[in-house]
Amino acid sequence: MKTDDLVSLLATGLTPVPRHAAAQRLALALVVGLGGGLVLLVLGYGIRPDLAEAADLPMFWVKLLVPAAIACAGLLATQRLARPGVSAGLSWLGVLLPVVGLWVLGAMVWQAAPAPARPALLWGSTWTTCALSIAELSLPNFAGALLALRTLAPTQARAAGAAAGALAGGMGAAVYALHCPELAAPFLAVWYVAGMAIPVLAGALLGPRCLRW
Amino acid sequence: MQHTEAESELRALMLRGLDGDQVAYRALLEKLSRRLRAFFLRRLQGWPDDVEDLVQECLLAMHNQRHTYQSNQPLTAWVYAIARYKMIDLLRAKSSRETLHDPLDDDSEELFDEQAGANEARRDLGGLLQTLPDRQRLPILHVKLEGLSVAETARRTGMSESAIKVGIHRGLKALTARIRSAPS
Repeated sequence: MKTDDLVSLLATGLTPVPRHAAAQRLALALVVGLGGGLVLLVLGYGIRPDLAEAADLPMFWVKLLVPAAIACAGLLATQRLARPGVSAGLSWLGVLLPVVGLWVLGAMVWQAAPAPARPALLWGSTWTTCALSIAELSLPNFAGALLALRTLAPTQARAAGAAAGALAGGMGAAVYALHCPELAAPFLAVWYVAGMAIPVLAGALLGPRCLRW
Repeated sequence: MQHTEAESELRALMLRGLDGDQVAYRALLEKLSRRLRAFFLRRLQGWPDDVEDLVQECLLAMHNQRHTYQSNQPLTAWVYAIARYKMIDLLRAKSSRETLHDPLDDDSEELFDEQAGANEARRDLGGLLQTLPDRQRLPILHVKLEGLSVAETARRTGMSESAIKVGIHRGLKALTARIRSAPS
């Protein structure tokens, strides 16, 4: 086929493209993923019974909003990296800064605590399951974001996969916060960050394999 | 400045194309294919035979992914990123060490060169089209090659109008995938 013939083929019967078609796909993935995560939480974990009282504690909101901020930055990075010619820009900082903030807070609480109280701040009572639970709850968002990316055109597949992982990890941790009984900053700084890092790594590994177009 | 003039001209054509203006879209693809040809000819001096294949692959990819272009973004950056992505894909497939050592630096300005001629690709897209299943091939044949309307095509094939649109969309995507696996 001559290139002129291909040009004719592509231009003939051209259909209009709705504006923001790309953003809509990611938004849909986000809504479906959040719904999926909440269903998994309710069925598999249960919402903590004292949620109303917990909502009075500042650390509960740290636990909810820091991951939510990471998810927002991950979404921003994902929708940028989904488009050819657009770099992640400064959106990586939005993923990194909340993590650094959590680390600083955790270190301060650790420093201020008397030595005998420190192990409980770090290990809590759920450290064995926390990170994997967050990773599990991030799965619906992870799958949704990768499927949405497959209909878009990421030219940096590894970075796009990692960004989708940050989006999913942040959402998974925010959803898990509705169940999790822990409130100590050192615990969050280690186990929440580890849980969110799992989908980021998975995305960076899977990206080059499943995001080619 | 030639650069900004070309950018605003191409961008205007693209925006009209996204709204469904066939004349503008055809003009855009013609201009882009000349620029892409010049761009690849310079970059792929070792393989002049691959140039036209790559031009066609890029045109198809841009068409399939045109929903990822946002109007506040320079069109040239979008086109260049796709051209570079497809070229690296090709070089990787060739896994030729010499080429990978060639610096792939940021030279989007070269997109503003033009080169006509050399229009025949080695790879036969028409032949690849024949390998698609009927539900994709017939919509492309009637709507895109014969220029029938979607409604008319639906009447002739007995498919629904939405099936025709889906068939065209999926067929063109499948064509891109087949280009990659076809020997070149």
